[in-house]
Amino acid sequence: MPDPILKITGLEKSFGALKATSGVTLDLFPGEIHALIGPNGAGKSTLIKQIVGEIPQDAGTIAFEGQAIDHLDAADRARIGLARTFQVSQIAPELSALKNVMLAVEARQGRVFRFFRPVSRDLALTDAAMAFLYDAGLGERATMRAADLSHGERRQLEFAMALAMKPRVFLMDEPMAGLSPDGSKRMTAFLSDLRRTAPILLVEHDMEAVFALADRISVLVYGRVIATGTVAEIRANPDVRTAYLGDEAA
Amino acid sequence: MTRESLLNIAVLAGFLAVAIIASLSGQPYLVTLATKAVILGLAGVGLNLALGYGGLVSFGHAAFFGIGGYAAGILASAAQNYEPLMTWPMELAGTTSMPIIWATAVIAAGLIALPIGALSLRTGGVHFIMITLAFAQMIYYFAISWPAYGGEDGLSIYVRNSLGALDTMDPLTFFLIAFALLLLVLALTFMATRARFGLALAMARQNPLRLTSMGVRPFRVRLAAFVLSAMAVALAGALYADLNRFVSPSMLSWQISGELIVLVILGGVGRPLGPVIGAAIFVLLEAWLGHLTDYWQLPLGLVLLLVVLFARGGVIGLLTGRNANA
Repeated sequence: MPDPILKITGLEKSFGALKATSGVTLDLFPGEIHALIGPNGAGKSTLIKQIVGEIPQDAGTIAFEGQAIDHLDAADRARIGLARTFQVSQIAPELSALKNVMLAVEARQGRVFRFFRPVSRDLALTDAAMAFLYDAGLGERATMRAADLSHGERRQLEFAMALAMKPRVFLMDEPMAGLSPDGSKRMTAFLSDLRRTAPILLVEHDMEAVFALADRISVLVYGRVIATGTVAEIRANPDVRTAYLGDEAA
Repeated sequence: MTRESLLNIAVLAGFLAVAIIASLSGQPYLVTLATKAVILGLAGVGLNLALGYGGLVSFGHAAFFGIGGYAAGILASAAQNYEPLMTWPMELAGTTSMPIIWATAVIAAGLIALPIGALSLRTGGVHFIMITLAFAQMIYYFAISWPAYGGEDGLSIYVRNSLGALDTMDPLTFFLIAFALLLLVLALTFMATRARFGLALAMARQNPLRLTSMGVRPFRVRLAAFVLSAMAVALAGALYADLNRFVSPSMLSWQISGELIVLVILGGVGRPLGPVIGAAIFVLLEAWLGHLTDYWQLPLGLVLLLVVLFARGGVIGLLTGRNANA
């Protein structure tokens, strides 16, 4: 078995008396989709925020490609290859779709403090950004203001930006949220291919999508991982069924 | 060409025409008025980089306006009084050369803006407004209480500083100098906002969380905008001291910070020429209404109220429609 690209060990996080993350140990291997499921308030988003460095953990360690990254801030972690998509699409509404992605390209190149050359004439930047927009299926909308995009298109824009970072790992917080059944199907097909680009840690409520996509599933309840396994193992696990899945998975 | 670019060219040509016609028809007062508008417009263009493009509502930019003014005043008065500027660690003489004064003003303001920005940008929203105000007030009271450079009375510059062989005391010549610097700074900010930096600054304003998740710290981008903005405002301050041939702590007062914000909002936040149009309106209202009544700021307040309520893009937004720089 190859080494995990992301390895989380004994992670703890409390907000006052509330234990949001409790001894979470989790890993992500190259080429896989590892889905993280759990009821509302189980601490899934809090876990993602700790992995990307948005909030610090109280204890435990996060290792990326064998190196602890606990001392790195969110911007550093993004630069070494952790790309995140948000539950609510995070975009610059007044900029065009293309410029949103161009900024992701320029950030990856690490050349932000350039004051003279207009970006619109920087073909290396516009062409690269355009290619990522087409990869995410949004090429036709390049010149539209991001604010004028539909909900589903903003989600695609998020993915174009994440792709432009050429990440080593994707961390996705509910990419299916708010999509139409049709949109969910297309997103499922897209994510299924995406695991070959980089492995995905996927927080998702849409069980149909999770069961279709996940190579492994971890179940989080009250901040604690109560089970990790393949789709079949998780479906058969009695603890998981009582705690979370209920009749839905029967 | 968009309507906004046409309007921009018309405004700049209008400034030039007013100054030249006023000069030819023997109305130096009007030329001086136009010069004042150009200089305040330049300061507004500087503030706009932080406030408009960066979304950083600084209520302390009078500090940089005043620092520019004092750079001009201190260097010039030392030269005119044949006193050394300092004797330790080395003897340094004053100067009346405009380019050296401008460079000193810009560099001094940049160096002071760096720590002020670094501390202020750790906060946001109302706290940012208050902490920038607090820093400016500290500098204001320092200028009042320090007797070496005139204290409360300020410093006089007997003759305008020099630029090559030009007669800077001629109103039209001085107008053209200020106008050229305005064009230069406009061109630089126009470029910067369209370059890679401008894209990052737009994201820092619209969605700092996304910028971070791309691997860029919004703090650094904002700090760069804050410092550059301060430098442009200081250049305007140096010109303003030369225009009045006088600098006093009033240039550092919070009223100036407020007036600069008013200019930017009046003309159009985040529009390249917004502050210039705002400055023209401000100076015209002050000249015409100030002639009639001491309470000229009341109608100004009404105009501002109308702009904020009904024309979010300022006067430029009103004339050209919504923001087109997507």
